[in-house]
Amino acid sequence: MTTLDSRLPPPRRLRPWHGLERRLRDVGISGRTLVIAAPAIWLTIFFLVPLVVVFGISLATKQFGRPPYSPLLTTDEGKVQLTLHLSNYVRLFTDPLYVAAYLSSIRIALVATLITLVIGYPMAYAIARAPDKWRNILLMLVILPFWTSFLLRVYALSGFMRGNGVINQILGVFGIEPLVMMQTDFAVYVGIVYTYLPFMILPLYTNLVKLDTSLLEASADLGSRPWQTFLSVTLPLSLPGIVAGSMLVFIPAIGEFVIPSLLGGPETLMIGRVLWDEFFAATNWPRASAVAMAMLVVVVIPILLLQKAQDAVVERGK
Amino acid sequence: MAKKPQLAYETRPWRDPAAKPFVRIKNVTKKFGDVLAVHDVSLDIFKSELFCLLGGSGSGKSTLLRMLAGFESPSSGTIEIDGQDMTFEPPYDRPVNMMFQSYALFPHMNVEQNIAYGLKRDHLPAAEIRDRVAELLALVKLQDYGRRKPNQLSGGQRQRVALARALAKRPKLLLLDEPLGALDKKLREETQFELVKIQESLGVTFIVVTHDQEEAMTLATRIGVMNQGEIAMIGEPTDIYEYPNSRFVAGFIGSVNMVEGIVTEDEPDHVRIRSAELGCDIYVGHGVDCAPDQILWWAIRPEKMELSRDRPEGLNGANVTRGIVEEIAYLGDISLYQIVLESGKRVRVSQTNSVRGNPDAITWEETVYITWGDNAGSVLTV
Repeated sequence: MTTLDSRLPPPRRLRPWHGLERRLRDVGISGRTLVIAAPAIWLTIFFLVPLVVVFGISLATKQFGRPPYSPLLTTDEGKVQLTLHLSNYVRLFTDPLYVAAYLSSIRIALVATLITLVIGYPMAYAIARAPDKWRNILLMLVILPFWTSFLLRVYALSGFMRGNGVINQILGVFGIEPLVMMQTDFAVYVGIVYTYLPFMILPLYTNLVKLDTSLLEASADLGSRPWQTFLSVTLPLSLPGIVAGSMLVFIPAIGEFVIPSLLGGPETLMIGRVLWDEFFAATNWPRASAVAMAMLVVVVIPILLLQKAQDAVVERGK
Repeated sequence: MAKKPQLAYETRPWRDPAAKPFVRIKNVTKKFGDVLAVHDVSLDIFKSELFCLLGGSGSGKSTLLRMLAGFESPSSGTIEIDGQDMTFEPPYDRPVNMMFQSYALFPHMNVEQNIAYGLKRDHLPAAEIRDRVAELLALVKLQDYGRRKPNQLSGGQRQRVALARALAKRPKLLLLDEPLGALDKKLREETQFELVKIQESLGVTFIVVTHDQEEAMTLATRIGVMNQGEIAMIGEPTDIYEYPNSRFVAGFIGSVNMVEGIVTEDEPDHVRIRSAELGCDIYVGHGVDCAPDQILWWAIRPEKMELSRDRPEGLNGANVTRGIVEEIAYLGDISLYQIVLESGKRVRVSQTNSVRGNPDAITWEETVYITWGDNAGSVLTV
């Protein structure tokens, strides 16, 4: 039987890169390798190499000149000499300023993350349970602040909390004494919570929206009041969302520089500010680099711990 | 041996007008916005019954079940369970448990924790919970699976965990939403009988929602057929099948041949209907509430008719028609014949294959006569 199709010429493969692909495969490079190579090369150039450079600088000492640190490799009578200074790291542990700055950063980041979670969880829950037509609008409202510059929003916050700012003017109408909000830890918390709230809400939302409502009904059916259902079903099942949201808030908050310097007072000690001062005010690049490396360790440890916790949760879910 | 509990199908309390119903649904209506999901449903269900709510999708059967569980509240009407008004009682205060269509097992808990979930809410001592869980695991034959997570179980095992969890609190009333819907055919048949066995041994009242008429026929003491938010018919499986009260019920349950006809004789002891579609008169051997010249419908099941090559006697010059065999479906135990009548109407007749490899069986393109008894079909006015 002759059909119309069999009389047509076979379709040409519309893949102009086909030849290139074959040639690459001949030298042992497959498409998959290329796809993985692109981000790997990007990360190497813009993350790994600078990191090694910073680590190198952290092992030098401050000196006047350009660059403002001692070289690691020197040639002396034809011999190459490698000089590594650990004094910067030693200083981090011996100078109480640094220890205090790290502890204070962790404290502020932790408290801010907890506040963000407490505010963000009900919001994410409400959005996830909202009628379909409302959900996208509500999500849009959560993301909307990102359309304005971050710096502008922090300045706007200071406009609210200033001595003669919006809040105090409203309080004045009711005859209440003006509150001191600016240049306090309170203002820093407000700034961090306000700025990072969407990072908490979005992962929580994606988790909660997937929660099968029949599980909640089953729980109610078996005798659980709404709060018992929340504690024994909703909360444990949303743990991955809580972990993801908390990481997204905690990690940038710990190294936050703009918010504490614009809203915080002189006694708000955060590692981001210490780093800035070392680098720009004291022009001590090696010390600043050591502070940065130590901060990396401080941030990486909670990530690894949380990752492990999350893996355990996923494992239990299996 | 323990005393056998008295079974609903042995006593048939619904036939006794003085019997007190266990679940009483009175004039319940449920609206979602402008959509009428359940319309003025009244239904009495008795203790230890296995009642099936049967209907297509959107018939309101699931909404009715969800109102019994307390997940929805009626727009009007009342629901009484065991003599208490439960219309607006929240689900966690009802003596009712439900087995969900999706099973709704808690994925972060293992099988034992899932079954114990409701018992913990009742603050039972730990030892009692342990005993009860072990007992239930034995009941559903999952003794060795207590430590497994739901996603380490097969579909059939999950279904049994869901059943055990729903039975754990010894509810007075168990609601089952498409309990066998997610199982494959073979497993479904096995589970059907297991479900009936469990229901009989525990004496719990079951209300089962299903769209599968075969499932309803096998399981139920009584069936409530639902259509567009209303109860179309309530009755025992045989009533529903043999004596449908409407064209909808006749067509929904099993296969049926339905023809239109006009009443030519309307006597207290018999009725004669002329059907152009059928090409003959229908003689019905009992009185029917109708008037002469009224147009009505007559429905007959394929197995209630007989085929022959020679013209049979018929009844008072009626109940015989002629056609040509168009299709034969051989199903082993029976054969289904599709016969085209002279009017062009197609009729299905099934015949038991009682002779092995019958060489003389009626075959394609043969002209055959169809006949039936005076009580074989149902006269339907709606």
